Amino acid sequence: MSFIEVKQISKTFRVNKKKSGLKESIKSFFKRDFIDVKAVEDISFSIEEGEIVGYIGPNGAGKSTTIKILSGILIPDSGECVIDQMTPWKNRVKYVKKIGVVFGQRSQLWWDIPAEDTFDLLKDIYEIPEEEYQTTKEDLIYRLNLQDIINIPVRQLSLGQRMRCEIAASLLHNPKILFLDEPTIGLDAVSKQVVRDFIKKINKEKKTTVILTSHDMADITSLAKRIILIGKGHVLYDGSLKKLQNMYETEKYVSIKTKDKLSIRNKGIKEKTKTKEGYDLIIDTRYITISELLNIVSKKITIDDIEIDHENIDNIIVKLYEDYKI
Amino acid sequence: MRAYITYFKLKFISSLQYRMAAWAGIATQFFFGFVYIMVYVAFYESGGNHLPMELPQVVTYLWLNQAFLALVNQFTKDQELYKLIKEGGISYELARPKNLYFMWYFKVIGQRLANVTLRFLPLILVTSLLPKPFHLGAPASFLHFLFFLLSLGLGTLLVTALTVFYPIITLLTMNEKGTVTLIITIGDILSGIVVPIPFFPRFLQIISSFLPFQYISDLPFRLYVGDISLQYGVFGMCIQFIWIILFILLGNILMKINIKRVVVQGG
Repeated sequence: MSFIEVKQISKTFRVNKKKSGLKESIKSFFKRDFIDVKAVEDISFSIEEGEIVGYIGPNGAGKSTTIKILSGILIPDSGECVIDQMTPWKNRVKYVKKIGVVFGQRSQLWWDIPAEDTFDLLKDIYEIPEEEYQTTKEDLIYRLNLQDIINIPVRQLSLGQRMRCEIAASLLHNPKILFLDEPTIGLDAVSKQVVRDFIKKINKEKKTTVILTSHDMADITSLAKRIILIGKGHVLYDGSLKKLQNMYETEKYVSIKTKDKLSIRNKGIKEKTKTKEGYDLIIDTRYITISELLNIVSKKITIDDIEIDHENIDNIIVKLYEDYKI
Repeated sequence: MRAYITYFKLKFISSLQYRMAAWAGIATQFFFGFVYIMVYVAFYESGGNHLPMELPQVVTYLWLNQAFLALVNQFTKDQELYKLIKEGGISYELARPKNLYFMWYFKVIGQRLANVTLRFLPLILVTSLLPKPFHLGAPASFLHFLFFLLSLGLGTLLVTALTVFYPIITLLTMNEKGTVTLIITIGDILSGIVVPIPFFPRFLQIISSFLPFQYISDLPFRLYVGDISLQYGVFGMCIQFIWIILFILLGNILMKINIKRVVVQGG
């Protein structure tokens, strides 16, 4: 049995439906139309302890709903879920002691007072022993670089500063599992990097299992080896990121610096453009590998320098969404 | 238990951030106190018969009412709780290993105690120095004062249990306006913070005695001025106790039911 075992989870929300306009509003005052929206349907997967899993999908795919079910906040209509030998929504109070959650769009810090006061509250809520609390807190302050911001009322912090405090707040009780729902939303490049490095470190050192959702594919590529793609409530892909990249990354960009003239014909070369310093090629790796290309080219000309670029992961995702029609 | 006390502490610290609100509150309470008292003075001077309380008793009742208004009124909603529900912050609340009902209970009581602590002392001090007819009188006896403190404490627990009820209902209705506001308005009137209960018509007094509201603040204030005997005070406190237990039990049950059906707003 895996550490996290999710079996055929479904959840439907009833949504109030109303057309715009005064007349329709008055009509719906007397008679409400509802539609049932299937947020997630028949979701199954299992995750081992210590894994980092990227949970991706377009807006409204059911990512947050799954995270909320896994963290015991929502109760699914059907399906089973066992995490660390507990069912989240059945043993909620006991279960949530072992998990940490960060919802990027919400705040758990008290608005009017410094973050450290909220930390103290969390210490009492999770009943963390004083010594352990001090060590963990010091460690988090150091790693997330919070020294200067921890004593400022939260309402006066910038988004990035606040998010670093939010993450620290979720980890004070040393959770075994960490759920991150868009932890880098709205952050600048530096803050994102700090957050990513930090997640990597705690996963490595404390074997914390991490499940994260993000729309920033750079988060996913730098953190997760495995991804689960969902769309319209269904799991569409579950496997390694590498495999997915290989499946979709059929194009590579090669730019060659040379003073010679290159004439080359191959099915695998989709585009060839002459630049000031040489040539830019777009190749299709289904027909020609990089080494084959290099072999051919180096026989013909002298290569001064060469650069090989992958296809942007974001483009892969767009293609993936198109293929699955989501 | 410790976590709940810390909740209280944080609410207290948070409220201290808003000093202007406290000063404005004090000013408002003085203003309303004077207005109410002037109305009753005019009323008594016009020589009504069968008045249920002596004028100094009424004045003292009214000042106590103003001094402890932040503690005992029902109309102050804990905006933070409603915001949590309406905007989805409830996610974090449910991810805590604590009983959500008592987390909210202590948040509300913390807010109330914080608000009143900043306000009641200046009012009590100043009004007890005022000349007649605006003078805040001394308690009827030492025992009456002791009973007043006890029943005010119980009244606070009761009003908290009542006010925690409303956000729990809001978990399902998603809006606290409408029914909840209606109940609050009726509750406030029947608790005696608008007109003291002894001035109510007979039938309304009877109805009111079967409802929880007058046991919030009317009972302690009337004990202070000596309008109620000590024996009845003990009886009243028993009723307070029963209502508190009842509301906390019901609140917990309703919370359990509603948590199961909760929908997190805003994605």
